[in-house]
Amino acid sequence: MNFLAGAFKPPCKISISLADGGARKKVPLKKENGQSVMVPLFHSQENIVGEVIIEPLYGKKVEHNGVKIELLGQIELYFDRGNFYDFTSLVRELDVPGDLYERKTYPFEFSTVEMPYESYNGVNIRLRYVLKVTISRNFVPNIVEYLDFVIIYSVVGVRNYSPPPAINNSIKMEVGIEDCLHIEFEYSKSKYHLKDVIIGKIYFLLVRIKIKNMELEIRRRESTGSGTNTYVETETLAKFELMDGAPVRGESIPIRLFLSPYELTPTYRNINNKFSVKYFLNLVLVDDEDRRYFKQQEFQLYRLLENP
Amino acid sequence: MMLDGTEDEEKFLAAGIAGLQQNAFYMHRALDSNNLRDALKYSAQMLSELRTSKLSPHKYYELYMRAFDQLRRLEIFFQEETRRGCSIIDLYELVQHAGNILPRLYLLCTVGSVYIKSKEAPAKDVLKDLVEMCRGIQNPVRGLFLRSYLSQISRDKLPDIGSEYEGDSDTVTDAVEFVLQNFTEMNKLWVRMQHQGPARDKERREKERSELRDLVGKNLHVLSQIEGVDLEMYKDIVLPRVLEQVVNCKDEIAQFYLMDCIIQVFPDVYHLQTLDILLGACPQLQPSVDVKIVLSQLMERLSNYAASSAEVLPEFLQVEAFSKFSSAISKVIEAQPDMPTVGVVTLYSSLLTFTLHVHSDRLDYADQVLGACVKKLSGKGKIEDSRATKQIVALLSAPLEKYNDIVTALKLSNYPRVMEYLDIPTNKVMAGVIIQSMMKNRTRISTSDKVEALFELIKGLLKDSDGTPTDELDEDDFQEEQNSVARLIQMLYNEEPEDMFKIIDTVRKHILTGGPKRLPFTVPPLVFSSLKLVRQLQGQDENPFGDDTATTPKKIFQLLNQTIETLSAVPAPELALRLYLLCAEAANDSDLEPVAYEFFTQAYILYEEEISDSRSQITALHLIIGTLQRMHVFGVENRDTLTHKATGYSAKLLKKPDQCRAVYACSHLFWVDDHDDLKDGERVLLCLKRALRIANAAQQMSNAARGSTGSVMLFIEILNKYLYFFEKGNPQVNVAAIQGLIELIMTEMQSDTTTADPAADAFLASTLRYIQFQKQKGGVVGEKYEPIKV
Repeated sequence: MNFLAGAFKPPCKISISLADGGARKKVPLKKENGQSVMVPLFHSQENIVGEVIIEPLYGKKVEHNGVKIELLGQIELYFDRGNFYDFTSLVRELDVPGDLYERKTYPFEFSTVEMPYESYNGVNIRLRYVLKVTISRNFVPNIVEYLDFVIIYSVVGVRNYSPPPAINNSIKMEVGIEDCLHIEFEYSKSKYHLKDVIIGKIYFLLVRIKIKNMELEIRRRESTGSGTNTYVETETLAKFELMDGAPVRGESIPIRLFLSPYELTPTYRNINNKFSVKYFLNLVLVDDEDRRYFKQQEFQLYRLLENP
Repeated sequence: MMLDGTEDEEKFLAAGIAGLQQNAFYMHRALDSNNLRDALKYSAQMLSELRTSKLSPHKYYELYMRAFDQLRRLEIFFQEETRRGCSIIDLYELVQHAGNILPRLYLLCTVGSVYIKSKEAPAKDVLKDLVEMCRGIQNPVRGLFLRSYLSQISRDKLPDIGSEYEGDSDTVTDAVEFVLQNFTEMNKLWVRMQHQGPARDKERREKERSELRDLVGKNLHVLSQIEGVDLEMYKDIVLPRVLEQVVNCKDEIAQFYLMDCIIQVFPDVYHLQTLDILLGACPQLQPSVDVKIVLSQLMERLSNYAASSAEVLPEFLQVEAFSKFSSAISKVIEAQPDMPTVGVVTLYSSLLTFTLHVHSDRLDYADQVLGACVKKLSGKGKIEDSRATKQIVALLSAPLEKYNDIVTALKLSNYPRVMEYLDIPTNKVMAGVIIQSMMKNRTRISTSDKVEALFELIKGLLKDSDGTPTDELDEDDFQEEQNSVARLIQMLYNEEPEDMFKIIDTVRKHILTGGPKRLPFTVPPLVFSSLKLVRQLQGQDENPFGDDTATTPKKIFQLLNQTIETLSAVPAPELALRLYLLCAEAANDSDLEPVAYEFFTQAYILYEEEISDSRSQITALHLIIGTLQRMHVFGVENRDTLTHKATGYSAKLLKKPDQCRAVYACSHLFWVDDHDDLKDGERVLLCLKRALRIANAAQQMSNAARGSTGSVMLFIEILNKYLYFFEKGNPQVNVAAIQGLIELIMTEMQSDTTTADPAADAFLASTLRYIQFQKQKGGVVGEKYEPIKV
């Protein structure tokens, strides 16, 4: 069995390791199979340095038409399965065609790589960065090994990106249903960083319905495509109860929602003309008969540099 | 339906407890392994059981208490966690990640408690944040319990003066602000309960609300415990803010309860100094609030305070407590025109009690209260409502209890005017109370003016009021009443005869209006009082100044004569006769022969004209004989007339034995030991012989009618009379007569027709023994008896 199985096994083992592999911060990444793996974290314009080790099995000879390593930035749309759009593609040739008899190490380096987008794992979209080693062969499939890594942008501290929003107005609004419900709500800011806390309040001007409770939802809207082909997927990432019971006129209910527990990303606008990710605060009032009255407001998320 | 409801509730409670305990178990496990994440997770799940809406407050409380116990554990854990290096600020944020608001806030309060203890932030900031965040719970029951939890964990962490959490210069204000805010919010939630849910559940809701009221009231208690709240602060901040909330909530139950709370939890001194503010709030309360109880309690408290120490009394004067209460009460009554009489009276009753305690020297205040009460009652006629009358009785009893002295109450001019509003039975009860009070305190009324006033008060007992349904009167009650009046009359006394006479005159004037049913009760004590005065006068020189206006026995007797005469209208001849005889005897002692004669005459007239029952006749006659025997004031002629009459009556009695006994009793009329001129042996013997004849006749009659001669008892009795006079030295009674009588008796006893009578045998035996005894005595007596042979 082993012998037979060995026949179809790749004849060599490839491993990719990064130069600062041990020290680099790692973050979890969800794979297709649902499991999370820890992958290294990079910022844009960092140098990606490391080495590739190829180790043939049992002293076998590996014949090849060349070895290369690619750095790919890909956008994958799930409903369009199999279609990758590479928005970044860099190649380093590691070896000329020839034979491999023994373990061989190839150092590589991608210097100040422009990686314009953050990694993103959504419902319909995946934006990922990957290092791909390919041993090209004749007549038989190429041998390929991937190493995922994650890119995040931190607005603060990185020169090339927008500083924290200079204008950050509060969101303030009066909404209601005539003669039924009239409320005024206020969120202290319109732009929040990912570890921020949303402070605000809801003021009840008129209450003629029997409210059971009130909650604040954080909703994420991914939209892909354009024109008639626009595909929108919305998911609710947080449900945060703000109020229990029925208020009367004149009550003012505080909001304090910490964003850190939720898996949020910054707001993305039109990434590579492929997709956008927007965030909304949805204020929902539920009445005695489980009717929902809501008001959705977009807010922006951005990333602060952690440990600058 | 209802039963199902409670059964279901039990089920829900059981399920809630089970869920709570299960999560508590996991929480404990997490705590034991120092797993903060799991601890938070399971504690939040545990607290989620408190989100239920299916339990009544009572059952919810049970669930809450279990959660409360668990939270204590959790708090200790949080504290340990901070000691292990977990930042309290991080913890404070971490618990706020919980998605459900109720568990989140319970956890926040719990961590908040640790936060304050850590002193990493000023207590006031943490407390302010907590009380602010709690606004998220708008459900009344859940909100009340949550805030009650907040109050519970914070009460030892207020930034009070002297507390370890004391902050900057405004620290007390911060503490007070926090409690006030929590109180305000809780009260709002509590009041809101009233307006939620269907109208048909109103009763149940009110019951539930009353179960929850202590949660709200506790805040006031906390306020009262804050050291830093001095009078000034109480006056400027605490009380106005609390009252503002009380007045503005416009809720009957809350207003009533909270007013009561305010009165109970804060010190008396504060109340006294803030009376204006407190009383000013009363008219602003809802009309349905029972302000009278509120005010009554306040007055009661202050009364007790005043009673506690004399040193505090100046404070009352200084703040003019009385006039403030007085005007507050009239404002409240004006503001509530529909207030029932009972309310009005209760208010005045409390005010009076207060006045009596605080201003015991100011009778005019008390009178003012009564006057105001009369004014409010006027135009309402007699009060029918039994509770109102009860209150009036309380109102009127208050001065009596306070002064222990009806005399003081008599000075209150409005007192009787209030009594007039009582219905007749109650009026009597009140009069009874007054008399009881006097009895108890041995109050002496010593002027006729006071007597006048007193009788004005108790006139319900003294005469029939117009339209009294007399037939409904219970005989026993009536007797009881009248007996107490009689006792009262005995207590009216003045050492000065002049004054005493005036009193008697006044009493007489009043009791004579009492009607035939009362006179037999009231006349005798009056007569006795008068006779007492007579005896007192005897001790003095009669009429020392020769002054016509002075009180003399003669005058009194005149009065007595007229008084007793009134009994004829009753009629009560036996009683009148006794009284006449008593008066006669008194007159005898005063050496007033004509007066005594007059009384006897009256007595005889009564005997002849009014007393027809033979038994009464016997009693009356013996009384007459007894009294007459003691009279020494009469001249021969008068005495003759009277004794003659008496013997005449004796012979006219219906039954022979009675005749016999009366006649031998008459024999004493002719023999008065101390007066030699009143010893007429012959007539004594005549009487005795006549008695013997009658006895004989009686035997014969008996023989004729029944075939036996009956007892020899009468003979033995006569024998004893013989012996008496024999011993007294009546010359007409001699040995022969006695000897003859003894033999007669012996013969009779042996006769066949005589009925055996052991009593008679014994009587005779002892009589004979007496004779033997006297014989053996020797000396003069022995010699005298010697000839008698037995």
